[in-house]
Amino acid sequence: MAKITYIEHNGTNHTIDVQNGLTVMEGAVQNNIPGIDADCGGSMACATCHVYVKEDWFDKINKKSEGEDDMLDQAYEPKKNSRLSCQIIVSDDLDGLVVDMPEKQT
Amino acid sequence: MIKTDALIVGAGPTGLFTAHQLKLIGLDCEVVDNLDKIGGQCIELYPDKPIYDIPAVPECTGEELTNNLINQLKPFDIKFHLSERVDEVKKEGDKWIVKTNKGTSFTTPNVIIAGGVGSFEPRKFSVEGHEKFENKSILYSIKDKNVFKGKTVSIFGGGDSALDWAVELSNNCNVNLIHRRDEFRGAQVTVDKVHELVKSKKINLFTKFQLKKINGSSEIESIDIQDDDKQIKNLKTDYVLGFFGLIMQLGPIANWGLNIDKKTVEVDTEKFETNQKGIYAVGDICNYPGKLKLILSGFHEGALAARACFKLARPNEKYRFEFTTSSKTIKNRLGVKGD
Repeated sequence: MAKITYIEHNGTNHTIDVQNGLTVMEGAVQNNIPGIDADCGGSMACATCHVYVKEDWFDKINKKSEGEDDMLDQAYEPKKNSRLSCQIIVSDDLDGLVVDMPEKQT
Repeated sequence: MIKTDALIVGAGPTGLFTAHQLKLIGLDCEVVDNLDKIGGQCIELYPDKPIYDIPAVPECTGEELTNNLINQLKPFDIKFHLSERVDEVKKEGDKWIVKTNKGTSFTTPNVIIAGGVGSFEPRKFSVEGHEKFENKSILYSIKDKNVFKGKTVSIFGGGDSALDWAVELSNNCNVNLIHRRDEFRGAQVTVDKVHELVKSKKINLFTKFQLKKINGSSEIESIDIQDDDKQIKNLKTDYVLGFFGLIMQLGPIANWGLNIDKKTVEVDTEKFETNQKGIYAVGDICNYPGKLKLILSGFHEGALAARACFKLARPNEKYRFEFTTSSKTIKNRLGVKGD
């Protein structure tokens, strides 16, 4: 279990407990947190679960999946700390993770 | 005005199999899709990725699945309207009048939305003021490459479209190629070719840069690009081309008076009808308790929606359930010999 904070583009904070094994995307979708669309359902076939991982966390979480950067090329305003939240698997180590959401997904 | 028993919006796997089911029970149908090819997400997003959960098909790619579905439609004469997006759906008496962005119009008692996650549209730039140059000097596709001759063209993107056009236009234009990272996702031969052209100074390459600002009032004069360390470069340019792939947008479907929740359309599970009589939704775009976004679910939903269409298209006839293995009528429609 990990406490994850999702910050909407307008600054609204959502801190929730997400079970180990789920993805950061699933944590948001299952808790009805706005800002993550996840059109493809987590198969890395779109870029609508795009988040910005806080700098101090970026190097601590698992590395990008093969092909993830290809999808991020097609995201809305990608930055250095961009990730697809469907590719970040939750574990105890992620307790306290903070992700910012882009202005929009499409 | 085209008259048809049912109009299918979306030529993905669900739309294709729904067309098959309609023709099998003796109804006409036509299909509209915003993409320039048949296959929907299967062909646009994962043509080469294997799918393992199509019943009785242990493994096939998105492209193979699409080709098989097209083959299954071979006995039938079905008109596809590709590169057209349905913009308007209006009730007139007991018929629906449907209009596309290219001006094609249909009159039909049945509209089946098999639209996946919506229509594919090019992803656009997000910087301020890009709209006023759109379709003039900011473009997301190229219709006539000759307009660029002798001009400076700034191409954004790292996939095949961006790279192919950078190579092609470097023949007679001044080309800037700008991408947000060092790696490209295009075919290796094209990537190699681009690097060659960069060496021979035919292409000016800027990686880890993104578009920051467009300068110019009536015409573009220059653009500012910014890298990860906030360093800004100013590039004089006549045209700006963006190739960031396609995104899916629900689009005009949102305005058809349907109950929509989280980009999906609510339906019943008997006819897969929406809150509007004669409008159905099947496949990924529909929503009901227990909905699974699987291709096989779309097939089932399409089969039931097709039967519901029969009632409105042939109000004076009774639909009779038949098996393809034994029905002479169906075999005639398929053009196969009965036994």
